[in-house]
Amino acid sequence: MTYDCIIIGAGVSGSATARELSKYDLNVCVLEKGEDVCSGTSKANSAIVHAGFDAAEGSLMAKLNVEGNEMMGQLAEDLDIPFERNGSLVVCIHEEEKGGLQELYDRGIANGVKELKLLDKEELHKMEPNLADEACAALYAPTGGIICPFMLNIAMAENAAMNGVDFFFNTEAETLKRDEDGIWHIRTNNGEYKTKYVVNAAGVYSDVFHNMVADKKIHITPRRGDYCLLDKEVGNLVSKTIFPQPTKLGKGVLVSPTIHGNLIVGPTAIDIEDKEATATTAAGINDLIEKAGMHVKNLPVARKVITSFAGLRAHEDNHEFVIGEVKEAPGFIDCAGIESPGLTSSPAIGKMVAGIVCDLAKPAKKANWNGKRKGILNPSNMSVEERNELIKKDPAYGQIICRCESISEGEILDAMRRPLGARSLDGVKRRTRAGMGRCQAGFCSPRVMEIINRELGIPIEKITKSGGKSVIAPERTKAGKGGEA
Amino acid sequence: MMTYDIVIVGGGPAGLAAAVAAREAGTQSILILERDHELGGILNQCIHNGFGLHTFKEELTGPEYAYRFMKQVFDEKIEYKLNTMVMDISPDRVVTAMNKTDGMIQIKAGAVVLAMGCRERPRGALNIPGYRPAGIFSAGTAQRLVNIEGYMPGREVVILGSGDIGLIMARRMTLEGAKVKVVAELLPFSGGLKRNIVQCLDDFGIPLKLSHTVVDIEGKERVSAVTIAKVGPDMKPIPGTEERYTCDTLLLSCGLIPENELSKSAGVELNPVTSGPVVNESLETSIPGVFACGNVLHVHDLVDFVSEEAKKAGENASKFVKEGAAKSSKEPIKLVATEGARYTVPCTLDTDRMDDLLTVRFRVGAVFQDSYVSVYFDDERVMHNQKRIMAPGEMEQVILQKKKLSEYPDLKTITIKIEKE
Repeated sequence: MTYDCIIIGAGVSGSATARELSKYDLNVCVLEKGEDVCSGTSKANSAIVHAGFDAAEGSLMAKLNVEGNEMMGQLAEDLDIPFERNGSLVVCIHEEEKGGLQELYDRGIANGVKELKLLDKEELHKMEPNLADEACAALYAPTGGIICPFMLNIAMAENAAMNGVDFFFNTEAETLKRDEDGIWHIRTNNGEYKTKYVVNAAGVYSDVFHNMVADKKIHITPRRGDYCLLDKEVGNLVSKTIFPQPTKLGKGVLVSPTIHGNLIVGPTAIDIEDKEATATTAAGINDLIEKAGMHVKNLPVARKVITSFAGLRAHEDNHEFVIGEVKEAPGFIDCAGIESPGLTSSPAIGKMVAGIVCDLAKPAKKANWNGKRKGILNPSNMSVEERNELIKKDPAYGQIICRCESISEGEILDAMRRPLGARSLDGVKRRTRAGMGRCQAGFCSPRVMEIINRELGIPIEKITKSGGKSVIAPERTKAGKGGEA
Repeated sequence: MMTYDIVIVGGGPAGLAAAVAAREAGTQSILILERDHELGGILNQCIHNGFGLHTFKEELTGPEYAYRFMKQVFDEKIEYKLNTMVMDISPDRVVTAMNKTDGMIQIKAGAVVLAMGCRERPRGALNIPGYRPAGIFSAGTAQRLVNIEGYMPGREVVILGSGDIGLIMARRMTLEGAKVKVVAELLPFSGGLKRNIVQCLDDFGIPLKLSHTVVDIEGKERVSAVTIAKVGPDMKPIPGTEERYTCDTLLLSCGLIPENELSKSAGVELNPVTSGPVVNESLETSIPGVFACGNVLHVHDLVDFVSEEAKKAGENASKFVKEGAAKSSKEPIKLVATEGARYTVPCTLDTDRMDDLLTVRFRVGAVFQDSYVSVYFDDERVMHNQKRIMAPGEMEQVILQKKKLSEYPDLKTITIKIEKE
């Protein structure tokens, strides 16, 4: 079969595009090399919805950031995912650099950011009592927000799947070419896929696909960002997202509450070559601890960290989103160079890319498109009565599996039973938060493995952390094999 | 709302011993709440022997030791609920719990015994750089996989941390045919019991590298190698001392943290050194009628001491139910650990409420050879016990006599310290 459109990559950009395209009478599929959606750049970032004052005036980045920010509230409601406009602060700690805030303010206004406000020292410390004493002024953006990148990505993909988009996982696009009839042939490790239009949403690999078909080459540098996630106990140290003043390498090390109540510190910005090198380094983590402490006092990074991780931004040399059809490759549409503020912009990116596809394909709108999706129940938001009602109906909601995050068996089963359901420990974790707490899955992983085994029939020895060769417990013990222990 | 005289949170060794002791002290209405599907707690996965030498004068495995107490619970018909998670404890001792059959229930408790045990420090809390592949386990998780589930976490193993569970797992994995290549310990001494180092490492020729830590983890999907390096006195890795081990598994045995999230939400005051509740001579926390024992109070190395401590907590909870909050006319005596001693359990003492003898447990912060454990009643040294060797991995104790204390009616502070002479 020939698809109308194939999207390479099931990150936020690809999934947002898939959801937008699912509104139309089109055969669409998404090819993802990982075993799940949200397996690359989308999974490891600051989990922030940027207001939009950073990107250069007149840039596509600025436009889509502000648009994406404005769309996020309704989208979060439609997809039933948590989102909060907690507001962000760019904090100045050197009197002589205050001018930079005015510049940012002006740029924000030019970009169309609403409600921006410059704060003096007193207002600032009243708003955030735990800022460093040196903090002397700030730019306040009430429209800044926090969101769960996994949930946003998963929800958009799920909703696209509900509306007919096919997703193929463990399917890595290798090469592509256009035949004389104008049909694109994409070779993958799982055979060939044919399509009229291709969307290149391949994250750090988007330059590879672009350069296969385009005359004007682009270059994506994986820019590594290390992060530390802190215990919920200190999640309320600050209420706003605290940025330092930006430098040419990016927006600097932020300190922010997460939508789930932890505190996140990061990222570093280290340009590397290897597009898979998500290893943290001691130097990176130390750098983080030092820099984060400059703006927020009493930050217990070393004592209260529960995990650290690194993500790769798909940094394009011109620091701009590359979105559009490649002239010399009709039907090949780039969605490349999507780095920060990519998560924020993703709803707008999806709309723009889908718009380009629709301009070419001129499809009819589906009559029965449903843009709403119910998330996994969160029983901790329920009253005792509601919860008892739920447990009576489905006792699995009465069995807590992840004790740190209080996640029940019912939620874990739901994560596996819904469209594009979880098949690995990380898949369960990103959908339910089981294993994301302070013990970092020490207690719950054997129990989640047992549930995966029971529900999906995957033998314990084959259950993975996140697909591929990431098996957890590769073989039986002597006694497990039926021999003498 | 249900009511029970005593609600015990946790059905491991501490909870079981507390329940049995409370019943023996005459309390009928007791409920044990256990989150796992059977009683016994972590002992169920500790299938090695060496348990019970103090309590039963014989060597038992973990499950056998646990069963001795479980049998008493069964015989005494003490009530318990399995697969039941305690969600909240309120300051006025209302316990909220949940399971599949009862749903969410609230129980008004005359007294509460906290016996939730502890958890392992995860990789994330250790700031170990590198990738985050499959194959990194806390030693206890690996122990559960091997001993309860019957699965091997891997074949070639590096262990970071020389806590007892890590040492036990070095032997266990070796017996299962895995190759344990090295045990690295950040500190210049082991955090485990001497007997475990001898029986689990030395007997199998597994090297223990003190003052070493993991500086890199390789492998994008599954662990493929681990690099360790020597650390200086500042605990920072020394460049040039790196040694790379190919392996598929990294086990972590880097400390245990008492699980006091419930205690905190109830408003129980915690000791920052132990991460456990501050308790008085009756093992009562800062909330009257809420008692604590076992690894939730402070991490023990021998379960026998957990049972002994829990027995006291159970008896005192029973006493609280019968007699109500203790009224005392005087300020309690403070117990202070200093100069080599890291903490004491208990932290305060009321001579009116204590038994004839009171065991005070503590740990030292470093290895001490040919030193003395000294006890001062205010400024007067009243005890001076020579010890050939003391190490952080082995809990120490002194026993205070009520009779002796009665000779010091104005005593304010009892200090425990380690002295060279």
